[in-house]
Parts: sequence; structure tokens; C-alpha cells
Amino acid sequence: MSHSQNMNFRQSVNIYFLESKLEWFKSIRNPAFSLPAILFPALFYTFFGVLMNQDSPEAATYLLCTYGTFGVIGPALFSFGAGLAVERGQGWLDIKDASPMPASAQILSRLLVSMAFSVMILISLGLVAFTMTSVSLSIAQVLTLSTLLVFGGLPFCLLGLILGLLLKAESAPAVVNLVYLPMSFLSGLWIPITMLSEFLQTLAEFLPPYHLSQLALKVVELDVGGSIAKHLAILTLFTVIFFVLAMLVSKKKTVR
Amino acid sequence: MQPQTTHEQDSHLNMIASAYGLSKSFAGKKALDNIYLEIHSGQVFAILGANGAGKTTLINILLGCLNPDSGDVSVFGAKAGSLQAKRQAGAMLQVANLPETLKIKEHIQLFQSYYPHPMDYQQVIKYAGLQDMQNRYSKKLSGGEKQRLLFALSICGNPKLLFLDEPSVGMDVEARQGLWQAIRDLKAAGTGIVLTTHYLEEADKLADEIALLKQGKIIKRGSSEQIKASISHTSIRFISNEKPEIFTQFPSVISAQPSGKFIQLNTENANQTLLALLSASPNLQDLTVSTAGLEEAFIQLNHSGEIA
Repeated sequence: MSHSQNMNFRQSVNIYFLESKLEWFKSIRNPAFSLPAILFPALFYTFFGVLMNQDSPEAATYLLCTYGTFGVIGPALFSFGAGLAVERGQGWLDIKDASPMPASAQILSRLLVSMAFSVMILISLGLVAFTMTSVSLSIAQVLTLSTLLVFGGLPFCLLGLILGLLLKAESAPAVVNLVYLPMSFLSGLWIPITMLSEFLQTLAEFLPPYHLSQLALKVVELDVGGSIAKHLAILTLFTVIFFVLAMLVSKKKTVR
Repeated sequence: MQPQTTHEQDSHLNMIASAYGLSKSFAGKKALDNIYLEIHSGQVFAILGANGAGKTTLINILLGCLNPDSGDVSVFGAKAGSLQAKRQAGAMLQVANLPETLKIKEHIQLFQSYYPHPMDYQQVIKYAGLQDMQNRYSKKLSGGEKQRLLFALSICGNPKLLFLDEPSVGMDVEARQGLWQAIRDLKAAGTGIVLTTHYLEEADKLADEIALLKQGKIIKRGSSEQIKASISHTSIRFISNEKPEIFTQFPSVISAQPSGKFIQLNTENANQTLLALLSASPNLQDLTVSTAGLEEAFIQLNHSGEIA
């Protein structure tokens, strides 16, 4: 009966594969999560970027970048924030903790699912932009923008993780919205940042979505002029802060 | 209580988990107080107690989800909650709900993937009695069916040690019988099982050793038979104007308490007690004598808090 308790490589990879696949099924089969996540950014963009726009290609391009940013932050915050808080509140995470599942499988699967949602959001935004507006982007621009935004969701996954570990299941979705929506507005994702007051423009410097959106706008040369290095440095700083906080909170939650 | 210090008794080759001198407090309140236990393969160890007695805290410490304030826990010779311990164990805990948009089949396949030597899928399904609902979403499951799925997940890894926290809650009679049979089969296959329950019948039918937990202390332990023997006594009920305390003076009386308009005595020797009782007050009304069942005895033990 002295079986080895080690897993071989194939078995280890299989955990991550199945965990991610089922995390995907879990999310996509839940219309209360998947429909708003995918449709809201495209809907908002149709309203502000197409219907309210006087057919200006520049405005349509600008808003494509900012609603793209808005779009990828959503699933990052909700999959980690609300999703985790609900499963934690149900006691489901205790079952997972008691199993030999590697904790990283849980994180990685949610990360991949957030990214997959980001891709779908960007595709839906792209469909609206290229069929209903006169946006014209080179293939290189489309690819750069997409890659930037898909990976730009990472710090927000970590922020979501912190919220997911701290929030109560019942209030989590509401609180995540209270973080998501004002933060998006104040970062100039809904209305261009230059149309906000001077005070709010200064405040935006302290919000991570602002810096991600400025990087996106840089790709189409519509940013306000900050350097790439500055925006990247600030986003990295936020990522590190969120990571450390997430680790601290997670440690506090697991070792009681 | 005499702790069974068996550190040196290496004859216990089949011991798979142990806890020595475990204590744990929450916000100054003692949840567990100096707990000693040993779990052996092929045996069912039942922890019996009311809600709040500390059953779940004890399980969580054995799983490594909680750290004890003091005491030693060892699972397969490793730290509780270590990967080595987790890969040889399974746990069925009390959960309010599980992810609703996954099918039973998917849940099981995922948990199988966590273990180096998972139990065969069909075998898991059979043990848990889930043959007819493999493709059903967990959203559509009744309380008892959810319990069966949680049981299935706990055995996915072919556990040598299985923790079952109130496994039969919400199950109908038939499902409970199925669960009990599965527990017997796993036990016969050599799995050591830790079962918490507040159903006396469950502990009685399944357990090789029972520990009665009250306010964080093990107040009685032994086999079902031993416990029955130690607490098999008779109760005498009657109506009297006297205060109950007076009757504790009578021979063989263990306890006396009011019970509605009646007074109830528990005695180790009904003949002696009755003899004394009737000679002292021949006009007792509505006198009845009955053997206390195991259930009543446990309830009484739990109330008196007698330390074994």
C-alpha cells in the first residue's frame, strides 16, 4: 500500500487544465455574470461612441480605447471579487482548501477566465467599432491594443482578489460595483478625462485604470502626453501593492 | 480524564492520525480543551455532541484549516494540512452551497484530478448513489443530493483517512442507509473514518469508538457497547411535594431532577432505591420505572457533564 504520493507532470498539468476549463464553464453558464460582463462595455460604447458621437472617427477611436479598458477591468474585479467572496461565504472554499488542490490552480484558473472574458469583450467592442463607426486601426495597432488590455487586467485581478477575500458574500457584488463604476468614471473611461475638472484630472493620476487607459490611448496617439515609462511604472507599483496586500489578507484568512 | 499517552506504544502500527493535548479558544472562550485522540485505519471514530460542542473545530484542526493554541496533531506522520496529509485524506464538510453551474460529473472529475491515485469514477458514483444524476447541475440538487455529492467529492482521492462532518444532515432514510453502507464498505477496505454527528443511531451503528464531546471536552469515550454499559441505568418517576434534592440522599441515586410536575431519579440499582423510597414515603403517586435508553442516557450525560 506504499503508493507514491507524488503527482507526475501530466497529472499536475491536468489539474490546471481542468480547473481552468471548469472555471470557464462555471462563469459562462452563469448569465448573471457573463451577459453584463460581455455586453455592457459594447452597449455603453454603442451609446457614447456611436449614437452620441457626431461621426467623429477620433472620438470613436478614443472611446474604443477607454471602453476597452473599462471592459477588461469588469471580469477581473467580478470573477475574483464577487465570485470568490460568494464561494468563500458558502464554505465551498473550505472544501477546496481541505483538498490537495494547489492554491495557485484556483488563482490561475480565474486569471485565465478573466483574460478569456477580456478577449470576448474586446471582440464585441471591435465588432461595434468597425461596423458602426469610421474607426480605422492598423492590424499592428489592434494587436498591440488587445495584448495591452488583456494583460492590463492583471492588477485588477489582484484588487479583485483582495476584495474577494475581505467582502461578505451578500454584499460583495454591490461593493465591487461601488469600486468599479466610480473608479472607471474618475479615470476618464466613460467621458474623456480632459472633459473632467482640473481637480478630477489630478485625482485620476492616483487611479490605476487611468494609467492603463493612457497606455491604450498612446497606441492610437490620443493620450494626454505622459510617458509610457511613467504609466508602466505606476501600474507596476499598483500591481506590487495589490499583490502584497492580497498575500497579507490571504494569510490572515487561512491561518486562524 | 486519563490521557492515553501512547507515544511509546509502537504496536499501534495502523494508527494514521493523532491529536495530543489539543486546546483552542476563540475570543477567550474555550472551544476545545485538552483533547486526546487516535485514529486507526479500518476504524470509525465518532465524535458525538450537541451543536457548539466543538466537533467542527476539532475536524478543522485535524484538517489543518485551523491551528490549535496548544497540542500536537499528526496525520500520516506529517503536519495536519500538509500536502502529504491532504493527498491521503478526504473531507466532507458542511457547506451552504456549491458552485451551481457545474454538473455532478464535472465536480467529481475535477476533484479526482487533485489526487495521485484517484478512485475510479464509476466507483465514486456508486458509493455516493449518484448513478441517475451524473449530468445534473448542482443548482438542481436537493439538500440530501448535495450531501451525496459532497460525500462523493470526499472519497475521490481513495482516502486512507476520511473526515465526515455531519454527513447525513438533510438525507432521507434511504439515502442515509446508502451512506452508512458506503461507510461500512470503505471501512472494510481499510479507510480510517472520523465521523461527527448528533445522531446517536449513526454513531451506534457505525462507530468502533465514540467520543462524547461537551463544551470542548471529551466527557465520555469508548465503544458503543462500553458506553451503553456504563450509562445503563434506570429512571424512576413519581409525583411528590418534596424538593428533588432530597432524593439524591437515597441509595444508588445518581441524579434527581424535576420534570414537569414529576420528579425523575436516575439510579444504578432500582431495587435498592425503590425499597428506600417506598419505605420513606409510601404514598408516592404515579410511580413509573423505566430503563433509560441510550439516547436518554446520552442526553443526561450531556446535561450532567460527568467526566469519564
